[in-house]
Amino acid sequence: MDAIDRQLINLLQEGLPICPAPFRDLATQLELSEAEVIERLKMLLADGTLTRFGPMYHAEQMGGALTLAALKVPTERFDAVTEIVNAFPEVAHNYQRTHELNMWFVLATETPEQVDVVIAAIQAQTGLKVYNMPKQREYFVNLKLDA
Amino acid sequence: MLDALDRQIIQLTQAGLPLCPEPYAEMAQQLGVDAETVMQRLRAMQTDGIIRRIGAVPNHYKLGYRYNGMTVWDVVDDQIDILGAKVGQLDFVSHCYHRPRHLPEWPYNLFAMVHSKTETGVQDQIDQIAAILGTYQRSHEVLYSTRILKKTGLRIEAR
Repeated sequence: MDAIDRQLINLLQEGLPICPAPFRDLATQLELSEAEVIERLKMLLADGTLTRFGPMYHAEQMGGALTLAALKVPTERFDAVTEIVNAFPEVAHNYQRTHELNMWFVLATETPEQVDVVIAAIQAQTGLKVYNMPKQREYFVNLKLDA
Repeated sequence: MLDALDRQIIQLTQAGLPLCPEPYAEMAQQLGVDAETVMQRLRAMQTDGIIRRIGAVPNHYKLGYRYNGMTVWDVVDDQIDILGAKVGQLDFVSHCYHRPRHLPEWPYNLFAMVHSKTETGVQDQIDQIAAILGTYQRSHEVLYSTRILKKTGLRIEAR
């Protein structure tokens, strides 16, 4: 990743315009060709610097729901439980964290009722208690990080 | 509400936008509509907040942010909204939420995510949050992420 990649990532975190040739504006700003911008973007996705590039959908605005939930997973079962939890399409993110509650995942469901259904299914399949922590209030969300 | 075409657009892009000079025209071709229609639908979803933005999601670690901490605080209930708003305003806090406690094992009701490239940097961030909360916080912990197990974003089923 070089200085131009960093600039590109910062610009892309602001959002791509919705116009016929959206990469052309970025190319001008970065003094690259349109093809170079697309090539760099492909590289950043291929090497995992970017985990995703595209529309960022908001489950709650679509009539669905989001929640954060945690599990206390015994170390020797961690990989097996990861596989079970990740297999649910509703699990949007999942992180291992340094705590007795060592697995933290975000559920994004199309309807509010599905949250409880998925949590019950995860409990049934893992045999572990799911600690459900839906937000009661959001104070701030800013997903941008300086590259 | 979302109609069938919106849902098709969401499904087509949930893994990502096509990487080509005219991504919306490419989508339109796959959906059998014209590019203008796709762009109108995307703009409408963005206006409605269904799409936050068409953007890039970086891997924190790859950008050098090695210390990604979920700071969790047990804050006096009747002060949490005032204090949560102040913590949320800190420029290094990416998300800040009031969430339920699970007593007795989980006493924390305020969650603030912090990101830093250095250990001293993250400690300074934690100290700044602690200073804002003052005596209204009874205890806190920091849970660092050690591994991304999954990061895909929202998925919807075909209907």
